[in-house]
Amino acid sequence: MKTSNPLWREQLIRKMPETLAREVDIFEAEISLKKMGKLDDRLFAETRLRRGVYGQRYDNGERHDGKKAQQMAYPRRDLTKGPNTLWDAPGMQRIKIPGGGLNAAQLETLADLAEEYSDGIAHVTTRQDIQLHYIHIEDTPALMRRLAAVGITTREACGNSVRNVTTCPYAGVCQDEAFDVTPYSKALARFLLGHPDVQEFGRKFKPAFSGCNQHACALANMHDLGLVGVTRTENGEEKRGFAMYVGGGLGAVPYQAKLFDPFFPPEELLPLAQAIARVYAQLGEKKNRNRARIKFLIQDLGIEKFRELVLEERKTLEPDPRWTEYIQEALQVEEKPLKAAEKLQATGSDAFQRWLKTNIRPQRQEGYVVATVTLPIGDATSHQLRALADIARCFANESIRTTVEQNFVIRWVSESDLPELYAALEAVGLGAPGAGGIVDIVSCPGTDTCKLGISSSRGLAAELRRRLAERSFQLDEAVQNLHIKISGCFNSCGQHHVADLGFYGVSRKMSGYAVPHFQVVLGGEWENNGGTYGVPVVAVPSKNIPEVVTRLTDSYVAGRRSGETFQQFVKRTGKVALKKLLEDLTRPPVDQRDRSFFRDWGDPREYTLGDMGVGECAGEVVSTIDFDLAAAERQLFEAQVAFENGEVEQAGKTAYQSMLRAAQALVRTEFPRVTNEPDQIVGEFRTRFYDTKNFFDPFVGGKFAQYLFAAHEKAGAPYTADSVRYLIGEAHLFIEASHNYSNRAGASVLV
Amino acid sequence: MVLQHINVKLLLDHSGQIDFEPLVPVFHAWIQEQGRDELLLDVADYRHVHAGPGVILIGLEANYSVDNSGNRPGVRYNRKAAFDGSNQDRLKQAAAAALKVCRRLESDPRLNSKFRFNGREIEISINDRLLAPNTAQTRDAIQPELSPFLDRLFSGAGFDLSYDESRRNLFSVLVKSHGTFSAEELMKNL
Repeated sequence: MKTSNPLWREQLIRKMPETLAREVDIFEAEISLKKMGKLDDRLFAETRLRRGVYGQRYDNGERHDGKKAQQMAYPRRDLTKGPNTLWDAPGMQRIKIPGGGLNAAQLETLADLAEEYSDGIAHVTTRQDIQLHYIHIEDTPALMRRLAAVGITTREACGNSVRNVTTCPYAGVCQDEAFDVTPYSKALARFLLGHPDVQEFGRKFKPAFSGCNQHACALANMHDLGLVGVTRTENGEEKRGFAMYVGGGLGAVPYQAKLFDPFFPPEELLPLAQAIARVYAQLGEKKNRNRARIKFLIQDLGIEKFRELVLEERKTLEPDPRWTEYIQEALQVEEKPLKAAEKLQATGSDAFQRWLKTNIRPQRQEGYVVATVTLPIGDATSHQLRALADIARCFANESIRTTVEQNFVIRWVSESDLPELYAALEAVGLGAPGAGGIVDIVSCPGTDTCKLGISSSRGLAAELRRRLAERSFQLDEAVQNLHIKISGCFNSCGQHHVADLGFYGVSRKMSGYAVPHFQVVLGGEWENNGGTYGVPVVAVPSKNIPEVVTRLTDSYVAGRRSGETFQQFVKRTGKVALKKLLEDLTRPPVDQRDRSFFRDWGDPREYTLGDMGVGECAGEVVSTIDFDLAAAERQLFEAQVAFENGEVEQAGKTAYQSMLRAAQALVRTEFPRVTNEPDQIVGEFRTRFYDTKNFFDPFVGGKFAQYLFAAHEKAGAPYTADSVRYLIGEAHLFIEASHNYSNRAGASVLV
Repeated sequence: MVLQHINVKLLLDHSGQIDFEPLVPVFHAWIQEQGRDELLLDVADYRHVHAGPGVILIGLEANYSVDNSGNRPGVRYNRKAAFDGSNQDRLKQAAAAALKVCRRLESDPRLNSKFRFNGREIEISINDRLLAPNTAQTRDAIQPELSPFLDRLFSGAGFDLSYDESRRNLFSVLVKSHGTFSAEELMKNL
């Protein structure tokens, strides 16, 4: 940790807003108390999470080095910063950037922090945050003070709190928006930050603002609270308002948000959000974190009942002057261009023309454009951030925002400045074309740094990016514009559900070895605020995913009808045919001397989720399970196809059957004479795998088993389209968990 | 002035682009071997980033990398933890650590001598803006520490110093020796 840490407070005391300075002082005191053993582990963990101080892979002090699990010799193994989290293990610092808005001084500070406390890289997330990795917890107060001095807080960046309020990065300059939602999002972020009514949630709560329905810039449909700016004419006068959506979310099983209100006036924005927070805090699940997001509360209550409760709660709120003051204050801030609008005169090189075509978007203010700065998998160096600060000062009056596609946008650029801007970006390696297209791949951190990662999402993204960039402009135009999004696990931080081609990390056993795989998710919709979620088709070994992309895109180019989108193509082709197209890629190579197939992208270690090696005894047990699990997967696939064909009842029954089949596969390893009777399968499964916690996932506990119990409990009741959609998602996760159990069980026999 | 968090970057002999990929398995192998004197944690691969930190071997007290910042590849030692002793001790420790890892890379058969010190150029920086802001005062304060250290390192062969002038950047000085030395020779001089 830095020797200068104790000096920063004195250095910056006059530059920090008092409230932020106080916040950091409190956190520093909590760190001291924890070191003295005067704070409980769980309490301190939530405390630091609410300051954005997050764990990172291997922080439990163990790492598999490719040969063996190493106990890492941290100096203070008895000092922890949370359950199973060692004090000296580096962690991640998430930095909330409301609406993604940054000025030049803030970019420079982020650059300095990345350099001095992290590894020289600032990572833009899919929720417009910035993350720094490999940070020592005792460096965080100094880091936070330096952020506070430029008006940034990390408060409530993680933990069971209101997370970053994301906002369309084009808000205020978009040609299609109803109005600029920026002031409203700023007001809501300010109002909810540290508000007493948002401190008692069972899980996190994510708001998002969009200025229109049709684009994807803020993804309002997949948020806990989605707000879309709309206008309405009343007595000949145009009135501003918001359509409010609630209970959306990706996560393991994606939920489309429900419409709470098609139009309410801006002055109701803050009180309604407060009322929702209170209802969620009062009625939301607290004990079972797997059912604690607001989407489950809304599903259980129904949107009508939820709306009724919120409106009742709204009536009880004491009027708060901040409801309107914060909005009025935010509305006073007017973004102005630095230069007069002038038309672009120069034509420039081919590279410049390509960049113009893909990275420039005209503003609604004539003569001005928004330029997208594409970052490879969301990463920027300290040097690049400083260059961006200079560029923002020189061309755009410091108007820069992060995007949910892990890029930056520079707003208010006069068209005539574009050649100069391009040259400035190109000089620091930020002039790559292809913004928002197939090369501009989104990825969560995955196994690089995330504790939950199963496969290397960043490794795969870097590899796909490298291959696609080489030939991006030879690709068919319809392919150039497709979206690829990758998550390292089912939790969807890479937003794979709303991509044309989505992938999420899973593992499978092949030839006695765990092999990194990605589940291929096709047909998600990025537009319309993430309007439709894709559906898993088949799991393919990591090393074959580039070929999956090639086959699918080639097939699309060859087989698409005039004007047909990829989503329409997927729907028309059908999952059976698409799965068949990829079937041979699911198998291991015949010649297994090349061990690279058993490793993940960018990671030379033999892949493991805890097991390696081959043994005859385990081989038999595992192969039986694998055989049964494959059958369960086939059943689930049939359920998907039935669902796609509108056979809701059949799809529901088959999905439930697939879960039973997977559960039976596990039960059979301990109780070979288990019958096909559902009550017996579920009962035996509960006793042998749930009550013993053997089936528990290290991070989400019994969540996946609970999916089985819920499905069994509801069996026989009529299915609805919504319930079957969720059931299919849950069945996928239950079967994946069964595979993971099979891998772990194999290890315990083999060792 | 107390110098802490010293970075030493040994610039590499290179013509054209260097492929950093072979470093990834080498650094992972070093973690497997895990020496007794320091804890090595992980490998961070930033090959996809332009003129970036390259491939980093993350340690508890220090990071090692083959870094490409400024499009100038070099073996970097980045001291994160405080180090006891005098400024001369700390300069020596950081330089020795960088030279040691450079020699290890130079002699690793998997790397086919692709990563070799150019024998002349070393960048020394202080990765802490509060301890060592990039100002003339810092330069004046550090110079008396640097000169005897570099005299010893280059056996009196003489050297030129060029400072990074941007106040935003870390305090940093590029040292160009008048003679040519191998990493091994410099190690002996220390």
